[in-house]
Amino acid sequence: MFYREAGQFKSSYATDQAIFPLLQDRIGFFTILAIAFIAVPLLADDFILDAIAIPFLILTLATIGLNVLTGYAGQLSLGTGGFMGVGAYACYKLTTAFPDVNIILLILLSGVFSAGVGLVFGLPSLRIKGLYLVVTTLAAQFFLEWCFIRIGWLYNYNVSGAIDSPERSLAGGLVLTGPNADSVTRYLVVLAIVAVMTLLVKNLIRGRIGRSWMMIRDMDIAAELMGVRPLVAKLSAFAVSSYICGVAGAMFVFFYLGSVEPSAFSITLSFQILFMVIIGGLGSLIGCYFGAAFIWILPIFLRNALPAIGIDIGAENIVHLTSMIVGVLIILFLILEPHGLARLWQLGKEKLRVWPFPYA
Amino acid sequence: MELKTLIRGTLMGGAFFCAVLPATAEDSVFVQLPTYRTGPYAGSGIPIANGMADYITMLNERDGGINGVKIVFDECETGYDTQKGVECYEQAKAKKSLVFNPWSTGITLAVIPKASVDKMPILSMAYGLSAAADGKTFPWVFNPPMTYWDGASGVVKYLGDQEGGLDKLKGKKIGYIYLDAGYGKEPIPLLEQFATQYGFTLLKYPVPGKEMQNQSSQWLNVRRDKPDYMVIWGWGAMNPTAVKEATKIRFPMDKFIGVWWSGGEDDARGGGQQAKGYMTLNFNAVGTDFPALQDIKKFVVDTGKSKVEAAKFGENLYNRGVVNSLYMAEAIRIAQEKSGKKVVTAEDMRVGLENLSIDEARLEKIGLKGFIAPVKVTCDNHSGHNKMYVQRWTGDKWEKASDWFDPMSDVVNPMLMAAAKTYAETNKPWPARSEPCAN
Repeated sequence: MFYREAGQFKSSYATDQAIFPLLQDRIGFFTILAIAFIAVPLLADDFILDAIAIPFLILTLATIGLNVLTGYAGQLSLGTGGFMGVGAYACYKLTTAFPDVNIILLILLSGVFSAGVGLVFGLPSLRIKGLYLVVTTLAAQFFLEWCFIRIGWLYNYNVSGAIDSPERSLAGGLVLTGPNADSVTRYLVVLAIVAVMTLLVKNLIRGRIGRSWMMIRDMDIAAELMGVRPLVAKLSAFAVSSYICGVAGAMFVFFYLGSVEPSAFSITLSFQILFMVIIGGLGSLIGCYFGAAFIWILPIFLRNALPAIGIDIGAENIVHLTSMIVGVLIILFLILEPHGLARLWQLGKEKLRVWPFPYA
Repeated sequence: MELKTLIRGTLMGGAFFCAVLPATAEDSVFVQLPTYRTGPYAGSGIPIANGMADYITMLNERDGGINGVKIVFDECETGYDTQKGVECYEQAKAKKSLVFNPWSTGITLAVIPKASVDKMPILSMAYGLSAAADGKTFPWVFNPPMTYWDGASGVVKYLGDQEGGLDKLKGKKIGYIYLDAGYGKEPIPLLEQFATQYGFTLLKYPVPGKEMQNQSSQWLNVRRDKPDYMVIWGWGAMNPTAVKEATKIRFPMDKFIGVWWSGGEDDARGGGQQAKGYMTLNFNAVGTDFPALQDIKKFVVDTGKSKVEAAKFGENLYNRGVVNSLYMAEAIRIAQEKSGKKVVTAEDMRVGLENLSIDEARLEKIGLKGFIAPVKVTCDNHSGHNKMYVQRWTGDKWEKASDWFDPMSDVVNPMLMAAAKTYAETNKPWPARSEPCAN
């Protein structure tokens, strides 16, 4: 009734190819942006920003990174945690070597190192596919984790083997990282980076490169016959994906955790991100947001909501409950809706379009 | 994307609601207990969580809290995972917990820089960053009764005693098998210094966290290298595996000594009768032969308010959980005295922890005589370098194998101070201590 395109005519290619061709979508999108950029910093307290919003956004970015590789280019990967770690360690090395350079620049730069590592470990994808590729990315994960533990140079020979985020501020004195950084500042920086990267990825995917990834995903032989070079397409997917994961990893340390041991970038993190992709929806950007929100917020929600309605089942059972719910949902989604929450969202929008006339 | 907003909104409501709850209860203080009853370290985490919860419950049931102020607590499951631990820390902050007990060296390292900014005292009982013992640099972090470095010095001292003097360690080979994480790496600098000082060779056997249940390769190396002594710095499932592997290669168990975190009953039980003679350090007594523990039994265990299995009541790690809560309770009491308030805040709690002093008379009064050695924390010294003892596994229980003895503070202390200085320098700008030493 309210959500339909009747009367919205496109008179140029530009309007026809806009990311949000519908006026209602545009209104919704800008409302969400306004809420995220203005209302949340004004209204939310430190707990919501620090424990929910910031990690949610960072994990969303990592999910987008993996989705580029797995959802769009069809290359399965279990190395996400390792690639995030490369970004984090690169950023730590960079900022300790060049303390005066703007930390945001360094975070964006550290993704380049991650992209390089991703390229190297992406090389086998030219020859092997599917499950076998999973094994090589798994090897990348274990190898990188081993490096983080064993190569002292990476953590500046710190006794405890951990890297931490030193205090860095803008030229104006605004503290961005370190314990003195304000939650709102960190939230806004993270939000800005994630929003801009999402926009870039969206356009990359709509363009020639993204289309060639999807062709490779859908049928690589056909794609090759039609002139898509698998070498370029696959390796660019690995590079872009690792770049995004690297930036997410650097932000994970510098804007959220503050100090980490190598175990933070373990295979558990890779799986966590993979579950976000699966539940959110393979090959969908909005799905990344749904998936990350679901997996990150569900346990926090259960822990806060269940005691609030008088059900006290103990902290450990909430962890068990979360594992069970996520496990069941992954199986259900894989069987019933392989495209995840994003597909449900899309179906909902289609239903809304014809509502209240389901036959239209 | 509206769904996202909806979820966020619902959550905000939920979180706010919960944040308000503890504050409305009258005359109570809130303490969050981060625990891990799940994950690979649950074997060590469950008894500790039970001990912590039960002592506080007992105080609430028996005395109505501390000077009439109930201690409200809730558990936050970390799974020994830094990500979850930081989230628990944020929650502790939001719920205005008096103190944060990370119960993981990784989580401790993550929250140390935040503590002074958020005004949240960190109580890392005999774990975490050893250098945090320097109260001048780390006013908000406390690691009584002693640090890992004290522990390492205690091990070397004890082994020296066995050989008939520290100089007799010359030419010996001491193997060090450790969890390859911040926790296991902490004591290495000190052990290396001792190695050069006393002329023994230190052989290192790191065990990666994800492979801690498969240590056959490390123990094969042990068999090849034939060290005179083995020292273990393990946690969770790593301990029983190591004990089992040691019995498998027939390593003499009376030459195998662990830190206090390798001293759970379940850790040694893994080796069965063959593990007889396995030793670990300890700083709390094992058993239920204390009036306070009998009170826990009467008020908490027997009334079904505890999660502990009857057979595991009074075991080593359970009692260690009790010690952790004992420190918190005593610190709250001291904070009440110092501030003159009944309902203390986190800032008062910091003062309480800094003036924590549990002497023999006090231990006797609270029914824990001989349960721990007297503990004293001062403004300069947040660890106290208190006494420890060595316990030996008899095949079915721990028995005391040595008297209480002091760590080698004369060696450890200068190293701690130097390490604290390095920490502050690498983490520039590290805030200077602004809190006065209240006495």
